[in-house]
Amino acid sequence: MYPKDLRYSSEHEWVRVEGGRVRVGITRFAADRLTDVVFVELPAAGAKVTFMQPFGVVESVKAVSDLYAPLSGTVVEVNPALVDSPEVVNSDPYGKGWMIVVQPDDLRELERLMPVDQYVVAIGEAAP
Amino acid sequence: MTPFDNAQGRPRDFPVIFDFSVPGRVGSSYPNPDVPDTPLEQLIPASQLRKEPAALPEVSELDVVRHYTRLSHRNFSIDEGFYPLGSCTMKYNPKIHEDAARLAGFARLHPYAPAEGAQGALRLICELEELLAEISGMDRVTFQPAAGAHGELTGLLMIRAYFETRGERRTKVIVPDSAHGTNPATAAMVGYQVVTVKSDARGNMDVRALREAMDGSVAAIMLTNPNTLGLFEEPILDVEEIVHRAGGQLYLDGANFNAVLGVTRPGDQGFDVMHMNLHKTFTTPHGGGGPGAGAVGVKAHLAPFLPVPVIERDGERFRLDDQRPQSIGKIRAFYGNFGNLVRAYAYIRSMGADGLRQVAETAVLNANYLLARLRSRFDLPYDRLCKHEFVLSGARQKRQHGVATRDMAKRILDYGFHAPTIYFPLIVEEAIMIEPTETESKRTLDEFADAMLAIAREAQDDPEVVKTAPHSTPVKRLDEVRAARQPDLRWKPR
Repeated sequence: MYPKDLRYSSEHEWVRVEGGRVRVGITRFAADRLTDVVFVELPAAGAKVTFMQPFGVVESVKAVSDLYAPLSGTVVEVNPALVDSPEVVNSDPYGKGWMIVVQPDDLRELERLMPVDQYVVAIGEAAP
Repeated sequence: MTPFDNAQGRPRDFPVIFDFSVPGRVGSSYPNPDVPDTPLEQLIPASQLRKEPAALPEVSELDVVRHYTRLSHRNFSIDEGFYPLGSCTMKYNPKIHEDAARLAGFARLHPYAPAEGAQGALRLICELEELLAEISGMDRVTFQPAAGAHGELTGLLMIRAYFETRGERRTKVIVPDSAHGTNPATAAMVGYQVVTVKSDARGNMDVRALREAMDGSVAAIMLTNPNTLGLFEEPILDVEEIVHRAGGQLYLDGANFNAVLGVTRPGDQGFDVMHMNLHKTFTTPHGGGGPGAGAVGVKAHLAPFLPVPVIERDGERFRLDDQRPQSIGKIRAFYGNFGNLVRAYAYIRSMGADGLRQVAETAVLNANYLLARLRSRFDLPYDRLCKHEFVLSGARQKRQHGVATRDMAKRILDYGFHAPTIYFPLIVEEAIMIEPTETESKRTLDEFADAMLAIAREAQDDPEVVKTAPHSTPVKRLDEVRAARQPDLRWKPR
């Protein structure tokens, strides 16, 4: 449900470090709460994102929610599959459902995100 | 084609009016003209003429009447049953208001009639402005906005114009996380950056978070009071002080005005602008898409920015004032949805001051009665005396029985009621938002409470019947996901 090798934000984004870059998506918890995702709006490659500021929008049949950047940096890649198949956010949130790849300004910002054991407590899926 | 496939009258399909089309069939036929016919080409420039005729349905008057009457039977309305749609104030709309709105002097008045020929209508608008100013504690009121969100836009445009006039550059608008989605959307549309402030554990705006977010870059805060949890914002006077001290403006989303009519006035709480949904609080028709009426009240310092025209009283004469240089301009044709102003006026006049206060008191009593009957079987995340509505959570049913709030909302249709608002406000998991309004009897409230409790039992004993609901409606569960992912919005000829 919550891979150990990721870092997590309080707004339910996950971050995977890949070399000097990070891949970003939303967690299983967020995907389940949203229910069926029908539309994802993402920035273009080259856009700047700022720590805990909205970088996009995810829309489900239930709600429209902002996506928050877990790190500051520059978007270098955007998942093109989400245009036609937003449902992969529900079916495979940590794999095919990834959203953007960011070139971080400062990787040390990762320290401001939660490790998995802290995140599962934060969402009430494990005892503190 | 026939729309029913058997003697039980079960709809076979959902035909559209085009499906009834027969080449050459017309709704009415006219005698040949007794003057010479002028060819169309001589009347309209060739560039503006169609190359091919429009694919309009060719049907008789009776085809049209039957088709739309049949569709109307599939609708659900307040005249048919209880409609506890939270945040929407689906109260009964008295029929006498229809009499008033249909008086020929109002209904048949030409929109271009000169002011001298429309004194009665202008007097009604002017008096309604005076009444709503008194009820809300505001100084002036405009009736041009066509609905609540349009009122928000009008209000924020006035706030923007106010700061521009003062030479102040402010870039942000604060909205609480319990706000109606239209609030951040409006702020963004007017060009402001939206700053969200979280609610505290009691369901109030978090004053500490507000203090941190508030500075000279904030133009306004948009607040709903009572808020969308149905709770009165207890720290409202602190909020007022924090926002005004930093030079910001207080906007009230008046969607929930019904709860405080005649009891407290937003103007006295310090609000600078508010919209009033006449189609909620003041019984003008609602649902089915309107037309609504989103009156906007302002304090005197914002009055120069009101949309034109403004109606001014000169003794017993009334005139339209267009000469207002600081006005944000026109935001709606003519003077808004005038027929609804007549209805709202009839309502206020027939209720009187004491009657309006009783509206709020009974709305609050009804909501608290329903809450008391339901609270044992559903979660209640914010446990306080509620105002006109309350928000339950279906989290227990989802966790224990796999029955989601959406399932229970579908099931309530089988019991003959409209569903409550669900999944809003966003801060409550599996939210069920119930607003009974003051116009329902105890008997109706009890029938609804019995149905909700029965559904809670079904969720436990027979979850499948809830998960597959509704069972008695013309169509079963709609595929909302497919409708959103592959929208099919337009009829095309086959």
